[in-house]
Amino acid sequence: MAKTLFDKVWDQHVVRENDDGSTLLYIDRHLVHEVTSPQAFEGLRLAGRKPWRPAAAVATPDHNVPTVDRSRGIADPVSRQQVEALDANCREFGILEFGMQDERQGIVHVVGPEQGLTLPGMTVVCGDSHTSTHGAFGAIAMGIGTSEVEHVLATQCLIQKKPKLMRITIDGPLPLGVTGKDMALFIIGRIGTAGGTGHAIEFAGEAVRALSMEGRMSLCNMAIEAGARCGMVAVDEVTLDYVRNRPFAPKGELWDAAERAWRALYSDPDAHFDRELRFDAAEIEPQVSWGTSPEMVVPVTGRVPAPEEAANEVQAASWRRALEYMDLKPHTPITEIQVDKVFIGSCTNGRIEDLRAAAHVVRGRHVAENVRLAMAVPGSGLVKRQAEAEGLDKVFIEAGFEWREPGCSMCLAMNADRLEPGERCASTSNRNFEGRQGMGGRTHLVSPAMAAAAAIAGHFVDVRNWQEEQ
Amino acid sequence: MQAFTQLEGIVVPLDRANVDTDAIIPKQFLKSIKRTGYGPYLFDEWRYEDRGEPGMDCTHRPKRKDFVLNQPRYRGASILLAGENFGCGSSREHAPWALLDYGFRCIIAPSFADIFYNNCFKNGILPIVLPAETVRRLMEACEAQEGYRLRIDLQAQTVTTPSGEVLHFEIDAFRKHCLLNGLDDIGLTLQHADEIRAYEARRKQEAPWLFMRA
Repeated sequence: MAKTLFDKVWDQHVVRENDDGSTLLYIDRHLVHEVTSPQAFEGLRLAGRKPWRPAAAVATPDHNVPTVDRSRGIADPVSRQQVEALDANCREFGILEFGMQDERQGIVHVVGPEQGLTLPGMTVVCGDSHTSTHGAFGAIAMGIGTSEVEHVLATQCLIQKKPKLMRITIDGPLPLGVTGKDMALFIIGRIGTAGGTGHAIEFAGEAVRALSMEGRMSLCNMAIEAGARCGMVAVDEVTLDYVRNRPFAPKGELWDAAERAWRALYSDPDAHFDRELRFDAAEIEPQVSWGTSPEMVVPVTGRVPAPEEAANEVQAASWRRALEYMDLKPHTPITEIQVDKVFIGSCTNGRIEDLRAAAHVVRGRHVAENVRLAMAVPGSGLVKRQAEAEGLDKVFIEAGFEWREPGCSMCLAMNADRLEPGERCASTSNRNFEGRQGMGGRTHLVSPAMAAAAAIAGHFVDVRNWQEEQ
Repeated sequence: MQAFTQLEGIVVPLDRANVDTDAIIPKQFLKSIKRTGYGPYLFDEWRYEDRGEPGMDCTHRPKRKDFVLNQPRYRGASILLAGENFGCGSSREHAPWALLDYGFRCIIAPSFADIFYNNCFKNGILPIVLPAETVRRLMEACEAQEGYRLRIDLQAQTVTTPSGEVLHFEIDAFRKHCLLNGLDDIGLTLQHADEIRAYEARRKQEAPWLFMRA
């Protein structure tokens, strides 16, 4: 029988089918960070349980870590306690950790793939919604809550109901200046933040295949913002080339065997999907979110919409509230919106390709006077080292950016990096919720090149015009 | 986990779509390493005028009078009526912890985000999906009548209104069973430990690269 990519990976991980229709699903890789794990480890201790297979887990602190000088540790005692709790738990339970002083430390969704700890065909979980990122490798990768973190630690399994399957195909070549991030925002704009609820989404089509692994990770990363359980892309040469020779990837004969298995990780031609959507890549322009939900997004050539244009009264009410929070007037051209801060980084866009794209835009230019802070935050210590080897740090610094240490930083502002009330930010992160980047802060989601261009111009600009000049 | 069988309580209407978990419990409170103590900071940015910090005593913080939880008529509420796609965004289980710590045991909405919905069941909170028109009608009735209460019966899968109207809801059989009995599903899964070990033994032969040490 013809199978989807999701079916193939799912079927290989079924430990047992329960009578009630749920499945006990085996988990190959468990990624752990400091925010959603302490209560799970405490639960194990209280019940006198040990991790089932500690070698399947890997941890790194990312949400709370400072992005400035780390030699003196973490100033905030509450944040420090949480990071120290992760260190202690990993020691106690025998889990590999890339600690704050380890060069391999970084955002867990950057570190996993970078180290070859995320492999095609795996089931990957983490107490973090953006675990969907790892689906870019043809893996089933799902965000879970802390109780499930404890369940996976104790049993190496999850109790799951098989989700429905959706395929989103993007036909044709992606236009110049349009990225995986724009593709993600475009799709969420079309299907809404609950459009993928109850579904696993496979992204397919020429434009998706043409993306680098970084681009595919940005796309799958935001599958959760469409409400999906996970996002996936089939394995191809791009996938294999990325994984080959990563530190924890199989080598030699083991690689050969793995490669044979991985080459089968695609949806068979006549496989069934519960829902199929197709878009033309030519329709996709660089995107800018205007509101307080990732579905409130328009092309950079567009304008802020008016509540009267909403599809229904529920949406109109959300738009009115968002316009007030964002302090925006309907019909304002996007390119007239000025920004106070610029953030380049996060699990969505903190990889080397993202930094290269942003550096390419700012090279030889300078951050506008009205921009109070522009920061580039690498997704990991190794991304930082690579960027510095390419001289990107100097490009950013000369343009007036701050060049920081790796972590989640101002994507969620759990550390000291945040917006002040009323500040407006061009951000390469994934969520523009009220208060997400700091109480009263206003977030506009964009690609790295678009964020970089906004930093230089002081307002949103269509980066395609600049790229044509170059 | 606390079992959930029946509940009768005050209902509070939160008439907004797409309420995300960042709004339910802002990030600064996620630094705690405990499961309890989040109730005072539930919906912190909507509830208070100042910026909340972990450990802050909330009794004298300036409150936003227009926010429903601050209205005296809803004091002691245990049932939350919410809009569509409730609990979207971050997977933080601190969101159900905060709702539970505040006193909510049941949330009724037209739809929920998947991870949040799942997290509720792990904490003895019953999320109920009812049609959008029904939720709208309940919100209007709730706003019109001070002291509006609903009665929930999980075994019967019913919500009963003050006028005696009985609304039926659907729920997955396994989740219902766990919630009714307050079961720890780790214990249930470990009853299948032999099957997990047998699966591992087989997979080590088929795909040994999955068992390399991290």
